[in-house]
Parts: sequence; C-alpha cells; structure tokens
Amino acid sequence: MSDHLSDGVSSGVTTPQETVERALALSEADGCVVIVDEGSTANLRFAGNTLTTNGVARSSRLTVISVVGAGVGVVSRSAVRDGQLADVVAAADRAAREARPSEDARPLVEADAAGSAGAGWDRPVEPTSIDVFGEFAPALGEAFAAADASGRKLYGFAEHIVTSTFVGSSTGLRLRHDQPTGRLELNAKSADLARSAWTGVSTRDFADVDVAALDATLTRRLDWAKRRIDLEPGRYETVLPPTAVSDLMIYLYWSSGARDAADGRTVFSRPGGGTRVGERLSPHPISLYSDPAHAGIACTPFVVAHASGREQSVFDNGMPLGRTEWISDGTLANLVQTRHSAELTGLAATPQIDNLVMEGPAGGRSLEEMVASTERGLLLTCLWYIREVDPQSLLLTGLTRDGVYLVENGEVVGEVNNFRFNESPVDLLGRLTEVGASVPTLPREWGDWFNRAVMPPVRVPDFNMSTVSQAS
Amino acid sequence: MRQIDPDFLALPLRRLADAALQRARDLGAEHASFRLERVRAETLRLFDARLEGSSDADDLGFAVRVIKDGTWGFASGIELTAEAAARAAEEAVRVAAVSAPINREPVGLAPEPVYDDVTWVSAYDVDPFDVPLADKTALLAEWSSGPLGRADHVSASLMQVKEQKFYADSAGTVTTQQRVRLHPVVTAMKTDGDRFDDMRTLAPPVGRGYEYLTGAGWDFPAELAELPDLLDEKLKAPSVEAGRYDLVVDPSNLWLTIHESIGHATELDRALGYEAAYAGTSFATFDQLGSLHYGSPVMNVTGDRTVEHGLATVGWDDEGVAGQSFDIVREGTLVGYQLDRRMALLKGLGRSNGCAFADSPGHMPIQRMANVSLQPAPDGPSSEELISRVERGVYILGDKSWSIDMQRYNFQFTGQRFYRIENGRLAGQLRDVAYQATTTDFWRSMEAVGGPGTYVLGGAFNCGKGQPGQVAPVSHGAPAALFRGVRILNTVQEGGK
Repeated sequence: MSDHLSDGVSSGVTTPQETVERALALSEADGCVVIVDEGSTANLRFAGNTLTTNGVARSSRLTVISVVGAGVGVVSRSAVRDGQLADVVAAADRAAREARPSEDARPLVEADAAGSAGAGWDRPVEPTSIDVFGEFAPALGEAFAAADASGRKLYGFAEHIVTSTFVGSSTGLRLRHDQPTGRLELNAKSADLARSAWTGVSTRDFADVDVAALDATLTRRLDWAKRRIDLEPGRYETVLPPTAVSDLMIYLYWSSGARDAADGRTVFSRPGGGTRVGERLSPHPISLYSDPAHAGIACTPFVVAHASGREQSVFDNGMPLGRTEWISDGTLANLVQTRHSAELTGLAATPQIDNLVMEGPAGGRSLEEMVASTERGLLLTCLWYIREVDPQSLLLTGLTRDGVYLVENGEVVGEVNNFRFNESPVDLLGRLTEVGASVPTLPREWGDWFNRAVMPPVRVPDFNMSTVSQAS
Repeated sequence: MRQIDPDFLALPLRRLADAALQRARDLGAEHASFRLERVRAETLRLFDARLEGSSDADDLGFAVRVIKDGTWGFASGIELTAEAAARAAEEAVRVAAVSAPINREPVGLAPEPVYDDVTWVSAYDVDPFDVPLADKTALLAEWSSGPLGRADHVSASLMQVKEQKFYADSAGTVTTQQRVRLHPVVTAMKTDGDRFDDMRTLAPPVGRGYEYLTGAGWDFPAELAELPDLLDEKLKAPSVEAGRYDLVVDPSNLWLTIHESIGHATELDRALGYEAAYAGTSFATFDQLGSLHYGSPVMNVTGDRTVEHGLATVGWDDEGVAGQSFDIVREGTLVGYQLDRRMALLKGLGRSNGCAFADSPGHMPIQRMANVSLQPAPDGPSSEELISRVERGVYILGDKSWSIDMQRYNFQFTGQRFYRIENGRLAGQLRDVAYQATTTDFWRSMEAVGGPGTYVLGGAFNCGKGQPGQVAPVSHGAPAALFRGVRILNTVQEGGK
C-alpha cells in the first residue's frame, strides 16, 4: 500500500457522496459496494462531583467491497484522501480476485429492491460538537453543587455521537442514513460510598435531559438504602426494571443467529436438527421485535455490513429493513438471517436491526404499580457483567448493581446486598408472572453497543440469586 | 531487530506535532501532547475450511490533549495537515473551557524524564501483513481439515494487528513505536445425541509475528491433533457434582482469573473511583496499600510493560513514560498499583509506572493494564506434582466464561476442559463445571505455585474499560497453581434443570 499522505500536496477533501461515486468508478471488479461512515462524537465523564475526562473526535471510514465471481475482497481505511482512493479500490479488487469463493456470495442488491429507505443522499453531513452540552454542562455543574451540599457524590458519562452512513453500489444503490445516538448515565453514591444508585437515559440531542429530575430519583433511592437488610442467596420473587430486562433481551437477541441455531449450537437449536422457530417460549402474548421506524428509537432502515460473518453478509448491503418479529405472541417467530443462511434454513431472510422492543399484553402496569402490588420481593436497579455460561440453555451469569431493594406489602423497606445470578432469559420468558408497560430505556450493560430499546418491567417468581456479592 | 515501517515515518509526524503543540502553548495550555497513530487490523474467519469472512481495516488519525487552567481538553482529527493539527489544539482548549464548570480537581502530572526522539519496535520476525491473504487462508483451511475433520464443524480465525504510534509533548519527549500482535483460534464442534459441545485451542494471543503460526512459540499441529479425542471425551464425560474441591488451575485458565481479580482490582483509577459508574471500583482501596492481605505467602504478582512478546509491552506509554516492571503483590500483601502520571502525582507516589494507553487516535489515554503476572516459585513443582497433592479435586485448563462484580469481590469462571482428580491422579473429564469465589478467599487458599516450567504467558486482545469504551491488549503470565476448598457449581443445576 502506498503512503497515506504526502503532506502539503493533498488534493483536498471530497464529500462522502463524491468518494462513493469515484470509488465505484475506479473499481474493475464484477461488482462493488462502497460504504462511507462519517462520525463525530463529544463526551464528558465525571466522578466524585468533578470532571475526569472529556473530548471531541471525528472519524471517516471508507470500506470498499469488491466482488469477482464468488470471491470478495474487503478493505477499510480511515481518513482516505483523494490521492489514495485508487489504491484502496485496487487493494479490494485484488483481494477479491485472489480470494477463495465466499459461501455467502449472492447477487448484489439492486437499487429498485431497496425501495424508499435511505433517502436524502445529497444533504451535507452535520457533525456534533462539544456545544451539544452547552446547556447540559452547567446543569450538571449545579447538580454537583447540590450533591456536595447534601453529602452525595455523582459519577457518570454523557456522550453524543452522530454517524452518517453512505452506501453505494455498482447495482445502483445510493442509500444514506444519519444516526444520532446519545446517553447520560448518572450514578449517585453516599459520601462513604456504601450506598449507590443509578439511572440512565438515551437521547438524540440532550435537549430532553433533565439532570435535576434524574438526580432527584437517585436521591430517593439513596434514602431507601439507609436501611440495610442482609439476605442469603436463593430464589426470590423479583421485579426487574426495564433496563435490566433490556440487557437480558439484548443478549437473547444477539444469540438468535439462525446459522448457529441450525448447526445445533444455541438455545434456539431443535434437538435432532433444525431450529425452534414456531415453538412457544412463553405462555404470555409477548412480542419481541425490531423496527427501524419505531418512534424515538429510529435506526438504519437498510443493511450495512462491513464484513461477512455468521449473521451478516456483505452481499446483503442495502437490503431494506422493516418491522421484524423475533418472538410473536410468545412464540419464536424469526431468527437473525442473511440471504445465505435463509436458504440454508428455509426461513425468511431477516437481518439484524439496531433496536429492540419487548411488549406484553395490553394494559400492563408501570414499575411503580408493580412494586405497589408486591407482597414480598426484590426490586432490582440493573444488572452487570453479564456473560454466557452455557450457549445451549443460554444460561447467563452476572451481578445485581447499584441497589437491590426489599419490597414488603407494596413498599420499599430497605436495601439488601448484591447477588450473583445465574439465569437464562429464554427460560425466564416461560416463568414470568407479569409483564408491565413498555417504556424507552437505556441498557446499563450493553448501552455502549446497543442504545435503542423499549422494554417493560417484569416479575419473576423465582429469580436465581446464586451467591452474595460483597460489592456495594 | 525490525524497523518501523517507512510509510509511517513518511507521514508528517513532526510537522503536525509542532503545529499542535505551538498552538496549545500560544493559547496558554500548561501542558500539551500530540499523538499520531495508525492501527491496522486484519481478521480472517473460516467455517468448515470455507472462507466465512475477512476484513482489513485501519484507523489513522491524531489527537491533541491539553491541560488548560487545570482542566483536561482533548480533540482528535483525521486530516493530516498542520492546519488541522492546530485546529485540533484550539478545539482541545475549547473542550477544556466548556468542561471547566464541572472540574473541581486541578490536573497535574508526575514528573518524567524527557526522551528526545527515541524509537521502539516489538519482538517479531515476520510482519503478518506481508503474508498474502491467500497463504493465511490456506493455512487455516489446512488446520480445519486435518485431524479435525472428525468434528461436525470447525471454525478457525486469525486476528492480526499492527499498531504504530508517534508521540510528542510540550516537555520535549518524542517517541515513535511499532508493535505487532496476533491471535489464531481454532474451535471444534460436535454433537453426540442431544448433547452439543465445543473445544478450542489454548494457544494464547501473542506479541509475535506470523512465525507464531509456523512453529515459533507454539506447536499448533500437535494441539490440533489432540482436539478431536479431547472433545469426544468431553461429550461423554459425567456432569460434575457441585461442592467444594481442591483445584489445580493451568495457566491457560488462571491468566483470566488474574486479569479480573488482580489486574483490574489494582488499577489505581478504579481504586480512586474514576471508573465507579462504569467498570466499577476495587475492594483493594488505597488506604490498604501495604497492608491488605490479598493472598497466601506464595503469591507474588508483578506488573510490567517490558516482557518480550507481551501484549501490553511498549517502549513508552501514551504519556511519554518509559516501560517498567513493578511489584503489585509481594508474599501475599498488596504493595503497588498500576498508575498514570495524573494519579501518581495526586497520591504522592512519585513517578508513574507507565500504564497510560489509548486504543485509537480518537480516544484519550486512560490508565490501562500492564502485563500483570503471577510469579512461579523458582524451584516450584510441575503440574503433575501439584495434582499429586490432591485427594479430591478438579484440574482446569483453558478459559471460557467469566464474570466478576464491580468491586472485584465475587467471580465465576468456567473453562475448556475439566478433569476429576482422585487420589493424586487425573480420572477423566467432567462437564458443566464453574468455579465461584471471593477474590481474597481464593488467593488466600492458594497453597502452592508451580515452577518456571509451568509458566505460560496468556492474555487477550479485548480488555474493555472506560467511557467512551476502549479495548486494550494485555498478557498475563502464570504458573500452574494449587487452591484448596474452592466452590464448584454445576451449571446445569444453576440453570434450574
């Protein structure tokens, strides 16, 4: 590969749209897909009522996917300048010519198959900046002052990301999507760090973030924790809030690849061969679905695949995405598929989508109403360090974090110790005794990678708290 | 010794650094640093000897970090011109200004000697990016279809990374470095009736070149030849009976326990609360430095950024601090933390021990893990001798599932292979095993560590920490070790079955 740059002789920065057109024109492969991702981020991080780190960053990534026969070559480079474009395309073309046949090779998606998704090709990119925190940062400063005055410490992270993705192909695709992603995580601790409470919100622009209201919620929970009650490990009736449900359901979703299921490797494998699609997982009319157009959590409405793998194919780039039911009326309805794996499994091609919604029966109660109707049980704040123990049962282990509260006769009576749990979200679906009203939520553990979720609180009659964690 | 690639040195490193640092000075920054880096990563995946996917990506850009009026400011850019570097310096100062209202702890840095135009290259012979993709694909296909053809399915992957960094700061330090790492993994899968299982190679990720795949540092043909029989035995193995057992833990498993329960627990930023809302804090609080009874007297743990082929090994860190080796636990007592320059000054510890790292040009350096390693006993026993001391126990090899709480107390790990130990001998494989303990209980139960002959450097490419999230490569050396009376779970029973 030639040098990335000779300083002072660069020929200027082209727009992402121009880069796509030029790269497609340069490719001598049988087919070509070009993806340009333009990213910008701004963040503030804080601990103990003071700033710890901050920053702004820009990124620009060009991915050229060349196809020669059934061979594919993929080359991604960042900060590519005009003079280097030909080298990147030539490298992808060369890799495609030298590649072994790709098992997922299919005709590239045609422009007319993409439908109306991804419009607005010609608009300029509008990056974020540190100014997105122009009103938020002073409000946070006020919260720090209030926390100082009342003997609390605030910790957390605020981040805003804007990614503009452009997908063009030799088959005529010209698709574009702008994705704002923001979140605030706020953690309050008592001065001696013995009590801890957490809350978080997803946001598209920080205009809707009310720091004072979130801080008030945390203050209430720290007050709940002033009475400490030690409990032994065991199975407890447990109310999981939406964030905890989201982390479990996201793991279930990530584990729902059709290819692995068909190969007998996952909880969605049918004993003796095939998948469990069509099998009832819950007695409740639960839906688990993704929808790129879902209000408040809208996401990319077409496939963007930078590399092929078990659950995505570069040949599927540009496929339109619509509402996809993974679990419908309590029954496993679809698994994550490429066109290739769909042919292997005989099921519909249903690619992964970047949001997730779980809904129970109509009329579900709020978290507060569910707590008020609890005779004796645990109310969790969130789950942490969730890892897979057994893929075939999808047994997960992890910890409770930042507040486990004992509820008696509809009231929180104190905070109990943290626990390590061992549970399978698939098994839980079959044991739920209540599914509440779904609300937007920030996944505590997976929010770095999966930010858009709408989830209900749920009640589990016998959640397996395997052992006590001394962490507070 | 290999040299830094000419195409990286041909980039306008100094011109951009001079422009950024000068602008930062002009704007009144007390300290400024400039980092330009290129990280190239290639991944290759095969399934049943057929190419499943490959990617070849790089990340090129630069970063400017300033301290202005005692507040950090950070900005990065991708346009490699002096004008863009100066703009990034301006932006970093602006970030510091916007952040000032929420900064109540002025930032200072521990002193470090100036290193003027020094270079370092990691220890490798063959640059994996010089090897044609077709050759690498052919080797993985050969590995997948040899003795492993008896498995139902075989996946094979190879991750390769080349990291090139140029660093300059306002004190005058200028460093240029290049390092290479790679991680080959082969997994065999098989179904026996309704029972599915898999087993993968124990070969660790290393800071070596392509020679690692062709005989230097690991015997892949020998390991691959063993896998089918080992997997067959695992499929037919009995399920473990839950209870307390003595454990002999192989370094292929113990490295991860070290990583989670010692490596992260002795990061001073965690102990001070900087990670409290995310990765968590540590039970090993600063007030216990020099007194915490971390483990048994045979426990000696070091941190280093110097060991050959180590994944966290560098010449200088991302704050211009020279790589060092230091004690963390000595004869069972906590004696040191991993530091960056800010924390070293804040806590009066003198010099930083060089643990600042940023995983990309778009991210700020934070305190990341050194190669944290459990030291072997100079005349220590072999693995067989450790096993011979156990009447009823389990011998564990290879890592798999892991989880630990946010203060590093309570952990649970599984593995690749588990053997029943009866009266000092291995008595066949077991299934469905996890071990669960509290960190200090576990390390205090360590009765013996093996000798140098049992010592292996394990590790991972993907240690996660910080917000925005960053990944770091890190190695952990470990001997085999003997633990008494550890809680073993049956994972099927844990799932309520």
